[in-house]
Amino acid sequence: MTESLSGENQATGSPLALQLKSVSKSFGLVRANRDVDLSVEAGTIHGIIGENGAGKSTLMNILYGLHRADSGEMWIDGELTAIRSSADAIGHGIGMVHQHFMLVPNFSVIENVMLGSEGGSLLKEGRTATLKVLDDLGQNYGMTVDPEAIVSELSVGLQQRVEIIKALKGGARVLILDEPTGVLTPNEAQQLFEILKVLRDDGVTILLITHKLAEIMAITDAVSIMRNGEMVGHRKTRETNPQELAELMVGRQVLLNVDRGVANPAEPLLAVEDLSLTSSGGQELLKKMSFEVRAGEILGVAGVAGNGQSELLEILAGMQQATSGSIQVLGQTITAKDPKDPKSVRAMGVGHIPEDRHHHGLVLEFEAQENIVLGQHDGALAGQGKFLDNRAITAHCRTLMDTYDIRPTNPNLKAKNFSGGNQQKIVIAREMNANPKVLIVGQPTRGVDIGAIEFIHKQLIALRDAGCAILLVSVELDEIMGLSDRIMVMNAGKQVGILDREEANEQKLGLMMAGLSSDQAA
Amino acid sequence: MSEFALQLLYTFDGTIRLATPLILCAMAGIFSERSGVIDISLEGKLLTGAFVAAAVAHTTGSPWLGVGGAILASVCMSMIHGFACITHRGNQVVSGLAINILASGLTVTIGIALFRQGGQTPLLAKGERFGPTEWWLVDLFNHVPILGTIYRELISGHNMLVYLALFLVPVSAFILYKTRFGLRLRAVGEVPAAVDSAGVSVIWLRYRALILAGLLCGIAGAYLSTAQGAGFVREMSAGKGYIALAAVIFGKWRPVPALLACLLFGFLESASSRLEGVPLPLIGEVPTQLMLALPYIMTVLLLAGFIGKANPPKAIGEPYIK
Amino acid sequence: MSAVTPPLPRWADVFLLPIINLSIALIICGVIIFAIGENPWTALIVMLKGAFVFPGSLGYTLYYTTNFIFTGLAVAVAFHAMMFNIGGEGQAYVGGLGAGLVAVFLAPSLPLLIALPLAIMMAALFGAFWGLVPGYLQAKRGSHIVITTIMFNFIAASLMVWLLSGPLMAPGQMSSQTVRIAESAEMAKIASLLGYVGFKVASSPLNLSFVLAIIALFVFWVLIWKTKLGYEIRAVGQNPEAAHYAGINVSRIIIITLAISGGIAGLMSVNEILGVQHKVILNFTAGFGFTGIAVSLMGRNHPIGIFLASLLFGALYQGGAELDFEFRTITREVVLLIQGLIILFCGALVHMLNPPMARLLARLIKPKELDHV
Repeated sequence: MTESLSGENQATGSPLALQLKSVSKSFGLVRANRDVDLSVEAGTIHGIIGENGAGKSTLMNILYGLHRADSGEMWIDGELTAIRSSADAIGHGIGMVHQHFMLVPNFSVIENVMLGSEGGSLLKEGRTATLKVLDDLGQNYGMTVDPEAIVSELSVGLQQRVEIIKALKGGARVLILDEPTGVLTPNEAQQLFEILKVLRDDGVTILLITHKLAEIMAITDAVSIMRNGEMVGHRKTRETNPQELAELMVGRQVLLNVDRGVANPAEPLLAVEDLSLTSSGGQELLKKMSFEVRAGEILGVAGVAGNGQSELLEILAGMQQATSGSIQVLGQTITAKDPKDPKSVRAMGVGHIPEDRHHHGLVLEFEAQENIVLGQHDGALAGQGKFLDNRAITAHCRTLMDTYDIRPTNPNLKAKNFSGGNQQKIVIAREMNANPKVLIVGQPTRGVDIGAIEFIHKQLIALRDAGCAILLVSVELDEIMGLSDRIMVMNAGKQVGILDREEANEQKLGLMMAGLSSDQAA
Repeated sequence: MSEFALQLLYTFDGTIRLATPLILCAMAGIFSERSGVIDISLEGKLLTGAFVAAAVAHTTGSPWLGVGGAILASVCMSMIHGFACITHRGNQVVSGLAINILASGLTVTIGIALFRQGGQTPLLAKGERFGPTEWWLVDLFNHVPILGTIYRELISGHNMLVYLALFLVPVSAFILYKTRFGLRLRAVGEVPAAVDSAGVSVIWLRYRALILAGLLCGIAGAYLSTAQGAGFVREMSAGKGYIALAAVIFGKWRPVPALLACLLFGFLESASSRLEGVPLPLIGEVPTQLMLALPYIMTVLLLAGFIGKANPPKAIGEPYIK
Repeated sequence: MSAVTPPLPRWADVFLLPIINLSIALIICGVIIFAIGENPWTALIVMLKGAFVFPGSLGYTLYYTTNFIFTGLAVAVAFHAMMFNIGGEGQAYVGGLGAGLVAVFLAPSLPLLIALPLAIMMAALFGAFWGLVPGYLQAKRGSHIVITTIMFNFIAASLMVWLLSGPLMAPGQMSSQTVRIAESAEMAKIASLLGYVGFKVASSPLNLSFVLAIIALFVFWVLIWKTKLGYEIRAVGQNPEAAHYAGINVSRIIIITLAISGGIAGLMSVNEILGVQHKVILNFTAGFGFTGIAVSLMGRNHPIGIFLASLLFGALYQGGAELDFEFRTITREVVLLIQGLIILFCGALVHMLNPPMARLLARLIKPKELDHV
C-alpha cells in the first residue's frame, strides 16, 4: 500500500529540501507514525493531507524537534541531520506555524517576534533589527502588522501573520503550517494563500498540513497522504483529483451502509428559535438559529468543525447559556433570560452524547460503573435517597455492558483503560438507556473502530424508530448523509440551509458548508 | 517640628526598615512566579537565609560573608523546589510547603547543634553585623529645618542592605522589562510552549528564575538576622515571606507596584506598633491586630476582584509538559 | 513523550510507596543527626520508647493522633475535589473559638448532654465557615484557594490574638486566654473513664475526642464512597467539565466541600480546647493543621491510610518530645524535619519515585496481573 518516493525523485532530479526515511514514533501503545517516508522538493508547496488523528501533526512536531522520533532518518538539503529540539530546527532553517499559535497574548507583536532571537542580552540591541525585519517582510510579502500592537487585541488572521513572521524572521527556508486555515475566515485564508505563493516563488519550501481537499487542490504542487500513522501515497497535485485523494485518506469504501429505513416523523419535540450566542470578546458564535427536530427523525448538522456546532450542542444541553433566543423542549420553553442547567434539561427528557468523551462524557479516573450513572447518579438508578447503591449500580452496569457489547465486561475497570470505541459505547449506553425523548449527539464515532461505528449507527436508527428526536452533529459528511433524514448546514455560526436527505449530495453540501446558500449551491 | 510630624517621620523610618525584607522577598517572588512557579517557599528561604547569615557572620566575623552564606543556602532551598517542581513536575504548593517546614526544622536543629542556645545564634557583635551608614553632609543639613531632620532620620542612617534592597527594585524591573532574559522569563510564565517553540529551554529558564529568587531571599534573610536584628532567633521570619507573597499579588506581579505594596504593608506594621493603645482622632482606638491583618485582608479582597483585578501569570502552577 | 508507565498495583500505591517515602525521610534525617554527632539509631529507640513504651506514652501518642486524624481528613476531603486547603490551621483555630464561646458562656447553664454536643457542633460550624468563605471565593470569584486559605490562616491568627487579649481575655490574668470552660462542656479523659470500669491506666491527655476522630474516619469513608454527595465531590475533582455535563453544580460542590473540610479541621479544637486545655489559648493549633497535609499526602486520602499516617505522626510528635530529655543537641524539631521530608517525598516528588517503582514492579511481577489493563 505504501509507495516509496525515493525513486520518483531521483527521476525528476530536482533538489530535495527535506527527506524523511522510515520515521516512526509511538506514544505509549499508540503508534502515531509508522515508517513514514517523505520527500519534499525545494521551492514547492507540499501538502500533507489526512483525517484527524492520521499522524500529520506528530510528523511535523518531529520535523520541528518538539517530539523525537523513535527511529528513522531526516535529511535536510541532502545532509543527514539530527533535530533534537526546536532550536536545532530553527538552526537548520525550519520554521513552524502551529495550529494553536505559540504567541504570548499579553506581549506586543515585536516582543513576540523577538522572543528566542533577541540579538543580544539587552532588548534594545535587537529591537531595531527586528523592526527592520518586520518592515522588510511587510514590504516583500504584504505582511504588514503594527509592531506595538498587543497580540491578544489582534484578529486571528493577524495573529497568524505574526506567527508566520516569527517563523520567517531568521530566514527560514522551510516553513511548516499546521492546519493554518482552521481558524481563518475564507477571506483571510485567501490572503494567506497569496502570501504562501509569493514565499514559494521566493524559494521557500512550504509544508502545508490540512484535512481540507480544496486547499490541497488550490495551492499545492505535490501532496502526500497519511492514514493511521502511515504514508499511503504521494502525488503531484496536477496529476490527481479530489476523489482519489479522498479515497486514499479514508481508505475505506463508504461503509455507511446502515439501512436507514423509512422515517416517520411526527410532532416537533425540539424547536429552536432565533438562538444567538455572542462571546465575551464580541464574536458572534451563533447567529439566529431556528429549526425543529421532530419525533422519529434524525436532523444531521453538517459543517466544518468550529462553525458553531459545538456551541449549539452545549446550549441545547444546558451547558452554556445563549445570548438571545429560545428553545422549546417537549413543550417547555427555555429562554436566554431563563436558562436551564444541564440537570434540568436532562430531567426534561433530553439525552446528550457529547462531542468529546474525554472532556465531558466520562470521568476517566472513575470506574466504568461509576461512569454508567454519570448524570443519572441522583436518580433512583444509583440508589435511594442520598446514598449510592453500589450493588445495584454494578448490576445495572453489567446489563448495559451486555446490551451494548462493551468490552472488557468489567464494571470496576477505570474508564481510561477501555479502548476509544468502548469508552464511547459506555457514554452511548448510558444516554440511550435513559430513554430520552430528545437526543443531542456530537461526533458519535470519532476515534472509534469500524465495528463499533456500525453498532453505534444502528443504535441511533433504532432510537429514531422508537420515536426519539435526534440532532446529530458530525464533521464526517458520510455519517451525516448516511444517517440523517434532514440535513442542516452550518457556516460561521449561521444555518446556511436545511435540505431533505433526498435533495442533498456531497457536492451541494460542500458548497453550502463553504457558506453558499442552498439556492446558490443548486 | 511638631510632635505629630516627628512621630510620623519615625513611623516612615520604621516603614522602610520593616519593608526591606518584604521588598527583597517580593522581588524574589516576582521572578519565581513570573516564570510560572508558585513560590510559597519565600518564607522558608528567608528563614534559612537568616539563620545561615547569622551563623556565618558569627563564625567568620564578617557580615558580608554572612550574606554570601545566606544566599548560598537559600539558593539551595530554591533548587530543591526546582528539582521537585520543574524537573519532576511536582505540585508547587506542596513543594513550597515542604521547604517551609524543612527550614523550620533545619534551622533550629542545626542551630542547637552548633551553638547550644536553644536554636538561637549568639548575639552578634558590632563588627559582625550591618550598622547604620551615615550619609554625607548629615551634620551640614542637620541645621536646615524639617528637610534636615527628614534627611537625617529617613534617608540617611540605614544600613547597607536597606539601600541594596531599594536599589534592587529598579534593577529587577530593568531585568524583567529590558533584557532578553526578562522577556523570556515573562513569556515562560504565560505561554511556555511559545518559549519552547522559539528554541529556548523552559526548564533552564525556570531554574534561573528560582536561582534569582533564592539569591534575593538570602539577602532578605541576612537583613533579618545581621542588620535589623543582631542574631538569629527561631522562626524569626514570622510570616514575612507570606506577606511578601501578598505584596507580589497586590503589586500584580510587577516590581514597582510590589515595592509600593511592601511599603504600605511595612507602614501598617510600623504604625500598628506606634498606635498601640493610642486613640486616633475620629476613628478611636484601632486594634493593632486589625492593622497587622490588613495586608492579608486586602490581598483576599483583591484576588476576589473586589478591589481591582489581579491577573496572575497564565502558566503559573502548571508544570510544563511538551 | 516518556515511556509508558504501567499502573502501580493498589497495594504498592497504598502501602509500599508510603513506607519507602518514610524510609527515605528517616534515612536523610538520620544522616543529619549523625552529622550533628549523635547516634541516629539511639535517637530512634528513644523516640519509639517515648511514643509507645513509657507509661502514659501511648495515651499521649493517641492524643496527638487525634489531632492529625482531624486535620488530615480535612485536607483529604478537599483533595478529593482537587482543592488544596492549606487553611486547616486557621479553620481549627476559629473552630476553637466556636467551641470556646459555647463552653465558656453557654455551658455553665446547660447540662452536659446539651452543652457538649453544642460545643462540638459550634467547633465544626465555625471551622466550616472559615473554609466556606475561601471555597466561595474560589468557586464564584476565581480566587486561588491556596492563596486565600494562607491569608485566612493569618487573618484567623490576628482575630484570635485580638479576641484573646481583648474581649475574651480572662479578667485579672496576664496571659491571653479565656477563663476555664464549664465542666459540662469537657470531653472526658479516657484514662478516667477506664478508671471507672476498673482499668488502671496512666493518665494522659487522651480523651473522648479520639473516639470522635475514629467516627470521623468512618463517616469520611461513607461520605466519599457511599453517598451521592461524595460521588459528586470526586467527579468535580477528577473532571469538573464532565461534572458540569452531568448536571452537577460545580461551584456548589466546591463550596460544600470546603465547608466540610473546614468543619472537620474545626473539630480538632474539640480535642485541644474541650479535651485538654479547657480554655481557649493562643496558638493551640501549633502547626497541627499543616501536619494534616503530610498526613493526607501520606495516607493517600484514604481513611485507613490517614489513620496510619496520623498514628505515625502522633508517635513522632510524642517520641520527639522525648528527644528533648535524652539529648542535649537534638530536639523535637527533628520531627519537623521528618515532616518536611515526608511532604517533599510523598507530595512534591511523587513523580520521581512512582514511575521507576511501577516499572520495577511490572518487571518483577510477571505481566499476568496487569494483563487486562
